[in-house]
Amino acid sequence: MVEIDLGLVNWSRAQFALTALYHWLFVPLTLGLSFLCAFFESIYVKTGKEEWRYLTRFWMTLFGINFAIGVATGIILEFQFGTNWSNYSWMVGDIFGAPLAVEGIFAFFLEATFFAVMFFGWDRVSKNFHLFSTWMVAVGSNLSALWILVANGWMQNPVGMAFNPETVRFEMQNFWEILLSPVAIAKFTHTTSSSFLVGITFVIAISSWYLLRGRHIEMAKKSILVASVFGIFALALTAMTGDESAHSNASTQPMKLAAYEGLWDGEQKAGIVAFGILNPAKRPGDDSDPFLFEVKIPYLLSLMANRSFDSFVPGINDLVFGNEKQGIVGAGKMMVRGSAALTDLTAYKDARTIGDAAAAETALTKFKQNQDYLGYAYFDKPEDIVPPVQTTFYAFHIMVFLATFFAFIFIAYLLYGMKDTIARKRWLLPFGIASFFLALTASEAGWIVAEVGRQPWAIQGLMPVSVATSNLAKGNVMATFWMFAGLFTVLLLAEIRIMLWQIKKGPEGE
Amino acid sequence: MIGNLDLTTLQQIWWILVAVIGSLFLFLNFVQGGQTLLWQVAKTDQEKGLVINSLGRKWELTFTTLVLFGGALFASFPLFYATSFGGAYWVWMLILFTFIIQAVSYEYRKKPANLLGAKVYEIFLFINGSVGILLIGAAIGTFFTGSNFTLNQFNQVSWTHPLLGMEAAFSLFNLSLGLFLVFNARVLGSMYLLNNVDCTIAPDLEQRLRKACLTNLVCALPFLLYVLGSLLLMKGFGLDESGVVSIVSGKYLANLLAMPVVLIFLLAGLVLVVWGVILTSFLGGYRGIWFGGLGTVLVGLAVFFTAGFNNTPFYPSKVDLQSSLSIYNASSSHYTLTVMTYVAIMIPFVLAYIIYVWKLMDARKIGAEDLNDPKAY
Repeated sequence: MVEIDLGLVNWSRAQFALTALYHWLFVPLTLGLSFLCAFFESIYVKTGKEEWRYLTRFWMTLFGINFAIGVATGIILEFQFGTNWSNYSWMVGDIFGAPLAVEGIFAFFLEATFFAVMFFGWDRVSKNFHLFSTWMVAVGSNLSALWILVANGWMQNPVGMAFNPETVRFEMQNFWEILLSPVAIAKFTHTTSSSFLVGITFVIAISSWYLLRGRHIEMAKKSILVASVFGIFALALTAMTGDESAHSNASTQPMKLAAYEGLWDGEQKAGIVAFGILNPAKRPGDDSDPFLFEVKIPYLLSLMANRSFDSFVPGINDLVFGNEKQGIVGAGKMMVRGSAALTDLTAYKDARTIGDAAAAETALTKFKQNQDYLGYAYFDKPEDIVPPVQTTFYAFHIMVFLATFFAFIFIAYLLYGMKDTIARKRWLLPFGIASFFLALTASEAGWIVAEVGRQPWAIQGLMPVSVATSNLAKGNVMATFWMFAGLFTVLLLAEIRIMLWQIKKGPEGE
Repeated sequence: MIGNLDLTTLQQIWWILVAVIGSLFLFLNFVQGGQTLLWQVAKTDQEKGLVINSLGRKWELTFTTLVLFGGALFASFPLFYATSFGGAYWVWMLILFTFIIQAVSYEYRKKPANLLGAKVYEIFLFINGSVGILLIGAAIGTFFTGSNFTLNQFNQVSWTHPLLGMEAAFSLFNLSLGLFLVFNARVLGSMYLLNNVDCTIAPDLEQRLRKACLTNLVCALPFLLYVLGSLLLMKGFGLDESGVVSIVSGKYLANLLAMPVVLIFLLAGLVLVVWGVILTSFLGGYRGIWFGGLGTVLVGLAVFFTAGFNNTPFYPSKVDLQSSLSIYNASSSHYTLTVMTYVAIMIPFVLAYIIYVWKLMDARKIGAEDLNDPKAY
């Protein structure tokens, strides 16, 4: 296959990370705020009270500003698989392309069509049709999340497919298996419910700011009440689905689990590190202490991973070097089988080219014995299968810590909101303002856990990122990286300024 | 049911679907055409507001159709998606950039504190409508003129031209096709705006739009004639029964003659566009867009069908003929095409609700009250 240029691979990864992280600044807000707008408008239609109309229109204005930049930063993600990961696109396009196309047909047109009604249809369609349109925007946004997360879930746990040596690619065998894969479901439910938190804290933050300033108090209090009720539900769902995600990691991506838990040597009755500082000098296979400092809660990791207190949870070292007692095959052995598979596949293709049917048949038979390990052929040493442990560990812990913080915020806001004393709790309001930025941080951290934690794989166990890129000279990707970095930063600054101006101005008609 | 169809039939169905989505995109380019007309036809703030707000209710449909076009190609012809996007890197990247800057421009142009000022966002819209469409035309042109790539035995692409796709814009044929699309989009844009904007409050705008419709058709004609003339005379790429690609004289003329329906689409499409312009520029009509739009769709279908059917590789390689992509060697598996065909059954429903909402929202033309709406663009 092609020569691996690590510079190209890393710039391609950097560009994907940059564009995805930028896009993800706006998407969770869209996912959460679209439902909140639908709730607000439902209350308006039900009660007929004008103040709810103004409130709805105010949040919709902010929704629109965010939506535009979300769309702008999103288009590159659809095409980047082709432009920068063309080997990936060919190898798994038979499976991966389908959810992206389905996303376009089922979700994007709902958003695009009904967005215009939601914004410009107030005087052009009936009240009920307008409300329906707002709901359709929310449903459409979240449906698009479903399909792209099904695609992502498949990368994390490839199911419903088989390798076809004839076409040298993976081909779909069972669409339902891909759509209903537990990993895909966990990914979708955890990502959307945690995204709701971003929308919810956005409403809480701006409302808190108004309360501190003594402006638009009625609107702020109403918004807080709806948002914090939604917040409690969304947070409970986020916690449940987060637990489910970790549980599914144990069987599908044990290395990722070990990395974000900082578990180097597997153990029974494994505990969770609630708080810890990693030893940065720790390397696979050495005897050094993994932590400089740690606070551990016993048994919990075994319980979360395998739903049993005394089960064994493999650590990074077990997965790299193998653990015979636990029946874990090390990466080194898999690399040997992967290399054999690659040799046999090449021999098969060569034999086919020259028309030697017997040699082709022999090579194919041998290839099939090792084909599941094909992806391991591209590593130099077993340690290559370890993701960046520090990034994964800290991102995971930041995410979980912040989730706990949101629980306090939502409960406090709901309690004081119901008692109608929230405007007087001036000590609480700055925390409410901070909550939005923390929610964005937690949301981005979640993606870092998901994507950094699965390195070096583009597709878990099948295809490392190093063979997934396009065959380009590195300079091209560097150039587009900086173009995206520059353009997206300018657009982000514009968005923030516009947003702040609109927030300062407040709702119309009050 | 669909699973019983043979692979060839599914591949053909998907090429038709890709062609329909691509052709609808070309019709919806009235948004891009309108964007480039902004300076020419709208002189006052009110006129500008009318143009922007009219286009601003449709731009997302065009944008989404482009995204779906990419998604549909990925799902149905992944080898094309991988080869063209990963190889002709710069032409696609620049096209995408013009759409990124478009996506924020409607929403941010008039908003206070928008950092760049209204003028810059208007320039963004112009770039999208001119450079973006020109490059898309050039990229489509390579369906006929060929590209510079090879595929290895694992179907991995290597682009052999240092400009990585931008060389497409330096071929007279590709450039002409691109310029034709730019001017055709402007023809469509002027017809759409006449249909959608309440011109009674902007009579000057109406006059300029009617004039622009005609002048842009006149500008489009030489490029159209060059493209058509070349297409009929040029050597093309053909596929024999065993899948071997060779250069064939008069291939695209032969395709049109072998598929009379396609020839009829092409001729009828061009007549409809011209009729739309006559209706708009000489007869004072407001419905030219429907003729121009349908005509553009038919021409688009003819282009895609000529490129991909009748044993023609739709994405030929100039440097290694046998690396050329046809609908037969670039497609997804039988299973995936079957699944996607079931999914495609939904497309008429999607079209139905888009048309329903379009009619509902456009029952009243864009007028002064729309400009006073606090949410106006």
